[in-house]
Amino acid sequence: MGRYVARRLLQMIPVFLGTTLLIFLMVHILPGDPIRAMFGDKGADPAQLASLREKFGLDQPLYMQYFDYMKKLFQLNFGETFGGRPVWDEMTAAFPVTIRLTIVALVIELLVGLSLGAWAGLKVGKAPDTGVLLFTLIVISVPVFIMGYLARYVFADTLGWVAPNVDDSMDITQLLLPGFVLAMLSMAYVARLTRTTFAENLRADYMRTALAKGLPRRRIVGVHLLRNSLIPVVTFIGTDIGGFIGGAVVTEGIFNVQGVGNLLFRALQQREGSTIVGIVTVFVLIILVINLIVDLLYAVLDPRIRYA
Amino acid sequence: MPDVTKSKTDAAVDAIAPPAADAAPEAPVAKPSTGKPRSLWGDAWFDLRHRPMFWTAAVMLFVLLVIAAFPGLFTSADPRAGDLTNHYLTKPELGHFFQADWFGYDIQGRSIYARVIHGTRASILVGVGVTLAITLIGGLLGLLSGYFGGWIDSIISRITDIFFGLPFLLGTMVVLNAFTERKVYVVIAALAFLGWTSICRVMRASVISAKQADYVTAARALGAGTSRMIFRHVLPNALAPTIVVATIALGGFISAEATLSYLGLGLADPTISWGIDISAGSEEIRNNLHVLIFPAGMLFLTVFAFIMLGDTVRDALDPKLR
Amino acid sequence: MTIIEETASAPLSGAGDSDSTPLLEVRDLHVEFHTRDGVAKAVNGVNYSVGAGETLAVLGESGSGKSVTAQAIMGILDMPPGKIPQGEILYRGQDMLTMGYEERRKIRGRKIAMIFQDALSSLNPVLTVGYQLGEMYRVHLGLSKKEAKAKAIELMDKVKIPAAAARVNDYPHQFSGGMRQRIMIAMALALEPDLIIADEPTTALDVTVQAQVMDLLAELQREFNMGLILITHDLGVVADVADKIAVMYAGRIVETAPVHEIYARPAHPYTKGLLESIPRLDQKGQELYAIKGLPPNLLKIPSGCAFNPRCPMAQDICRSEIPPLVQVTEQGGAELPGRGSACHFWKETIHG
Repeated sequence: MGRYVARRLLQMIPVFLGTTLLIFLMVHILPGDPIRAMFGDKGADPAQLASLREKFGLDQPLYMQYFDYMKKLFQLNFGETFGGRPVWDEMTAAFPVTIRLTIVALVIELLVGLSLGAWAGLKVGKAPDTGVLLFTLIVISVPVFIMGYLARYVFADTLGWVAPNVDDSMDITQLLLPGFVLAMLSMAYVARLTRTTFAENLRADYMRTALAKGLPRRRIVGVHLLRNSLIPVVTFIGTDIGGFIGGAVVTEGIFNVQGVGNLLFRALQQREGSTIVGIVTVFVLIILVINLIVDLLYAVLDPRIRYA
Repeated sequence: MPDVTKSKTDAAVDAIAPPAADAAPEAPVAKPSTGKPRSLWGDAWFDLRHRPMFWTAAVMLFVLLVIAAFPGLFTSADPRAGDLTNHYLTKPELGHFFQADWFGYDIQGRSIYARVIHGTRASILVGVGVTLAITLIGGLLGLLSGYFGGWIDSIISRITDIFFGLPFLLGTMVVLNAFTERKVYVVIAALAFLGWTSICRVMRASVISAKQADYVTAARALGAGTSRMIFRHVLPNALAPTIVVATIALGGFISAEATLSYLGLGLADPTISWGIDISAGSEEIRNNLHVLIFPAGMLFLTVFAFIMLGDTVRDALDPKLR
Repeated sequence: MTIIEETASAPLSGAGDSDSTPLLEVRDLHVEFHTRDGVAKAVNGVNYSVGAGETLAVLGESGSGKSVTAQAIMGILDMPPGKIPQGEILYRGQDMLTMGYEERRKIRGRKIAMIFQDALSSLNPVLTVGYQLGEMYRVHLGLSKKEAKAKAIELMDKVKIPAAAARVNDYPHQFSGGMRQRIMIAMALALEPDLIIADEPTTALDVTVQAQVMDLLAELQREFNMGLILITHDLGVVADVADKIAVMYAGRIVETAPVHEIYARPAHPYTKGLLESIPRLDQKGQELYAIKGLPPNLLKIPSGCAFNPRCPMAQDICRSEIPPLVQVTEQGGAELPGRGSACHFWKETIHG
């Protein structure tokens, strides 16, 4: 196990370097001049532009910029925003919010998705199954931002259950509605996946054995079926984190949650390279680590998988 | 070691599979007695024809395609002409079928109905364009990777890992952010730039498994050349999963385009996009829900139709079912 | 179908029952599967009975309905698509088909247990064998987790798994095929049931391991005086352990007999064909006999005797009338106890 983790960590390094380089290139090589954009349409005198370029290291050749960036990264120095604040400070303020939002969403996704999927999977071809399939089909077809506005319109503007905007982004109860919106798409996928694995595993030979052993139905489903069906769901959740991050940009914008999504969106609008690269770098790291955790969890859930 | 790096689309595809409903008790019963054996494609078509979901999706998509191709057939109103004096934020006249004021007017006095109709083309173009692009790029890379293996596979797989490591929507935002003039082809290119990885992985996996099939080994033993091997034996058998992933992804790309346009990072004026209109409508949501609801509804129907098509195609082509 | 009912269970009961009601009696059982392609009639009026300490071997090709009958007895048929339109399954005289779910569940595993063919897929891959064995005690006897584990180790010892205490926390895939099948047997034996149904218990195993597992099963059966229904397609396995044999074809019993008589004098062309298709050393150099044709499609069972398209003795009557299971007699008319044949020409087959 230890050797496996070590090997996986080693494998992560080239992917991490490659992905950060990619994002670095995307931010810096593509057309558009962020320094000029800082001044909007007014324009600025060339000397000022040059000095600002020097300040942000934008006059260096690109590979030097990347090298420099990576060097600083290991000292947790993500550079400064155009406004002069360290990117690291901005991120430490925003990440706890987004992590909370993500956890709220994850819990909702699992609770609702697993229950719906299990319900449908146990009644394949019957009304609950058709209902869940149709419901998830609809949910998958509604883009997150429409889901967000609909939820806000219904629960805040019409029913008045919650405030339309989150004013304390660290308050979990205020994050419930945005978390719900963020969870919807993944929840639909979890429900479908659970349904399929439930229905497939129901036909497995060991389920027949469990029945022949005279076990109560509750135990057959809750122990024998569930343990086997959780495996693909856990895998899915690991790969879905990237989707959550994209969704967070939209959801945080709609509900005015002061998280990383909002921070990133603002940075994009201002073409603030250091913040964009910094946030995406951290995201890539998080995704890599979560995928490793999921792999290990996979081994715990499925003893047939051996890591050597 | 498991390959847990499955893409969201893969999982989504898995999630859509229905289990075989009819189980046969013992072997001889399982064999359908009817007629001569059908091919996978023939079988899939036979299956599709008997699904109401498929026909619903097909009819919806046909109508949408006609709208996208000939918007003039459906409305004569100019989607770009604002009339602030007369029509500013007029509520819909739901009785006025196919009239300019059917869905009301937006904040600039433009006919929402005309905009909804004229916005179809961009969405469909982006969806179909990105899907074609990723099927070509990802399919080719996956085919090379899976068929030749070795260092070619290593290189392509690592590149795929790197591109896959970036969150899709986020990465696309960064790419598009660099462009000031975001025409349809720019958006297509940006989405395809990061969107090809799942197709590549699916293609690679199915090519590897097709390559290992006994009859392919036999063909090779009989001296079939590389191109013959690929086009006659491997590709036809690896195509089905790729098509399934591509069909399902199509709806997702339309949704992604709308999301990007809504964020101001996708299509921009003068291109008419539902995403842009929804974004504008969102500011009016309390008092003038109609500005948002019609483009949002149309967007939903379009994505819905494509996802439904993907669902049924998957059901029909999934070899697990037979 | 009604013809079968008349001739019913007579030929099969008797052999070795101490009291009048047998442990298990199947009466005129029908099972059908409703599939997309039509109704598959898997079992069409089966009658048999088993007493305590007795071994009944049910013989047939795949699709003959032998496994489906067993699953119907256990109550583990998938319903739907399966359906039992007709018949009774009596456990100690009580019809299990009319029992409630809970009542029936308490019989399963505790009174009637089943051993499946493929132990690897039949054991839950993500639970330890100790857990799966101990589950029997925890569910049926309410034992604690710890007590159950101790019992599980005991059981593994009983079925001769080496180092049971050390292996109790292992998972099924960590055992060899023979050991896994022993675990299946241990699971079935856990609560010392009255009857064990073994569905091709050795088919998936190596030949050498097959004998060991069969010996173990026979030994334990004697020890606990259990009834045993042994489902197999392997005539070789049957000879050593079974008391009586029922041969099934297309969902019907076509021949019944005490075990040794059937080898000497089969009374049905199908049984005869099966016996002749066993390779024998004394026939070295000759061509091996094979029953021609394929097992019938259960969606379209041939009219008359289901075996008629493959039967070397088939006449017109075989295509029009279903032969009932009749008492087989000696040439002089003396009844052969326990023997029955469902062939219009059984006389020609056995005496011819």
